[in-house]
Amino acid sequence: MYGKRLRGLALTTAALLTLTLLAVFFWAPNDRTEGFLQKIFYVHVPMAIITLSGFIAGGVLAIQHLRTGESRWDLRSYVAIHISLVFGVGVLVTGSIWAKAAWGHWWVWSEPTLVSFLLVMLLYATYQPLRFAIEDPERQARAASVFAIVAGVFVPICFTIVRLSTAYVHPRTLDNISGNLPGRMQLVFWMAIGSVFLLWLLLWRYEMASKHTSAQLRRLRQLLSEDDEALPPLRRSAAPTVEHAGIAGR
Amino acid sequence: MSDSPPIRTVVGALLRKELRVELRTFESIPAMTLFSVTTYVLFHFGLQQNQVGGSLASGVLWVTLLFAAVLGINRLFVADAEQGGFDGFLLSPADRGALLLAKGAALFLYLTVVEVISVPAFALLLLEPSLGAAMPGLLAVLALVNLGVAAIGTLVGALAVRTRSRDLLGPLLSLPLLVPVVIGAALSTTPLFSAPARAMPLHWLVILALYDLVFAVIAFALFDYLLED
Amino acid sequence: MAAAIELDGVTRRYGERLALAEVTLTLEEGQTLAVLGPNGAGKTTLLRLLATLLRPHGGQTHVLGHALPDEAWAVRGRIGLLGHEPLLYRELSARENLRFHAALHGVDAAAIETLLATVALERRADEPLRTLSRGMVQRAAVCRALLHDPPLLLLDEPRANLDPAASELVEPLIGRASGRTRVIVSHDPAGALAEADLVLGLVRGRVALHSSAGAVDAAAIAELYR
Repeated sequence: MYGKRLRGLALTTAALLTLTLLAVFFWAPNDRTEGFLQKIFYVHVPMAIITLSGFIAGGVLAIQHLRTGESRWDLRSYVAIHISLVFGVGVLVTGSIWAKAAWGHWWVWSEPTLVSFLLVMLLYATYQPLRFAIEDPERQARAASVFAIVAGVFVPICFTIVRLSTAYVHPRTLDNISGNLPGRMQLVFWMAIGSVFLLWLLLWRYEMASKHTSAQLRRLRQLLSEDDEALPPLRRSAAPTVEHAGIAGR
Repeated sequence: MSDSPPIRTVVGALLRKELRVELRTFESIPAMTLFSVTTYVLFHFGLQQNQVGGSLASGVLWVTLLFAAVLGINRLFVADAEQGGFDGFLLSPADRGALLLAKGAALFLYLTVVEVISVPAFALLLLEPSLGAAMPGLLAVLALVNLGVAAIGTLVGALAVRTRSRDLLGPLLSLPLLVPVVIGAALSTTPLFSAPARAMPLHWLVILALYDLVFAVIAFALFDYLLED
Repeated sequence: MAAAIELDGVTRRYGERLALAEVTLTLEEGQTLAVLGPNGAGKTTLLRLLATLLRPHGGQTHVLGHALPDEAWAVRGRIGLLGHEPLLYRELSARENLRFHAALHGVDAAAIETLLATVALERRADEPLRTLSRGMVQRAAVCRALLHDPPLLLLDEPRANLDPAASELVEPLIGRASGRTRVIVSHDPAGALAEADLVLGLVRGRVALHSSAGAVDAAAIAELYR
């Protein structure tokens, strides 16, 4: 059921992404001080916003999992965090490039957003090792959900505290994010946010569909084979197992 | 119909058991204390400084105490996991939250005992300004740091204990979550350790207290889910 | 009067495997149920489920008149579990362990001395458990399980680690004469049958045998372990 609207979503995402990239390179004006390299801001900041939202979404989905005990929420939470982790790496890389372009160093401690992001990523990097270290699937899911909620709460708090503790050396960033952008820049910025969001959503649905399909395949194999023990047992995995993949059976 | 015994009694019994086992096995406190003193020596050699003041002093103190705390967090639930303590507790009608309170209180106590030795040791070995004037402020910060570590440490300890790589996951999970505590503590004590000593920024104490409160509440809300099988 | 245990189509998953599948049984108060089956059949899972340590994933579960898992809090203080692990702290003495469990259960500590005397542990009740033999630790575990006078006993090979003399000592506490409802998991079919009213045979999580103890023959038992 997750595969149905994938194609439409993929086409829309591709279209909006292309449009945004064209706009970034050909339509948005060059920044007065930073020049051409400032344009990486259109990738870095939307990606950062979407990544953090993804982490928080993972926490909200985890709350649902703990409340209902249904494993499908755990799967949704896992995929949300997983995709956000991948995007997060992109944020750190583009952030580093932007730092080099704007301030001449590959890393700056004076940029609170970048520092907070590093901290958040260090925390979320333990998500999969944590899951992998617990074999019992139900305990794994529950522990992962507890973690996702704690980490989700940590994200905004961490940003606030790091921001409070950092001297404002470069207020420029705040100006840019708080919507203090001239007309064209702002439009392209919002287009960028839209495309990154769609990309995240597309990848989320794609991974969900992929997991469900593997589970369905396995279930079919199980039903077709006579012997209960015919299938090799699933390898230990950090990913949640998908149950009753929509196929009724014995 | 089994009535749940009053939470005071349960927390008291759990804490007494906790302290009794610690006094007989000495698994946490001596190791944490010794580790912190050794780390001060390491810092002396690593930084090549005979004395530190200001932000350097804050950094050495809090990072050392943090790593010592992580040792304690790792050991917090091990005895229970290995000797069926979880089952024994879960089979009783006692309120689950009591375990969190008792373990948190135990960790707080362990840290306090460690700090009674470790902080003077720090002052002796490395601290440049005298400790006397800084004491009241330092005590307040220590109390808030211990509270934060107790809340987050108990949650992370329970999370990590029944995993295969608990000794690795404990630190990996708790350190990022404790960074804001280090930020608050360091920014509070840097003026205290400067020569001449400056006043402590009270707003950081407030921020630290709020952080502790938020995570204490979250730990309390989520703890039950970690105990179940 | 509600039965002590009523299970109807109870299932428990472990990942994609079914640890317990469609288990249905009824056990009246005062009766004894013997649970037999090869390793991995789900016997311990069933016991832990009845003890409220595991929650059922499907079907209806009623223990002592309360539905699990929703009303687990109501039955916790009325179940005694004696498993492979003594669930006691090695560094503490028998008496300290029992006082601790008494506090957890909200039970008066007076029962401790009687129990210790019954299992003949009073002399060594103040020594750390790690200095006692396995049999003595098991006797202390029996005390722990019975401290709160539970009407339902869940026993997993209770006489393992006990010599004949010790077995005799604990018999009035956990045996048929105690009058409690009992579920016994055992690898000794003959012994278990001798003291059971009902027999449940599990194979790979499913009920392979379910009858009163008297009506069961050796062939059916042997079939379970094939």
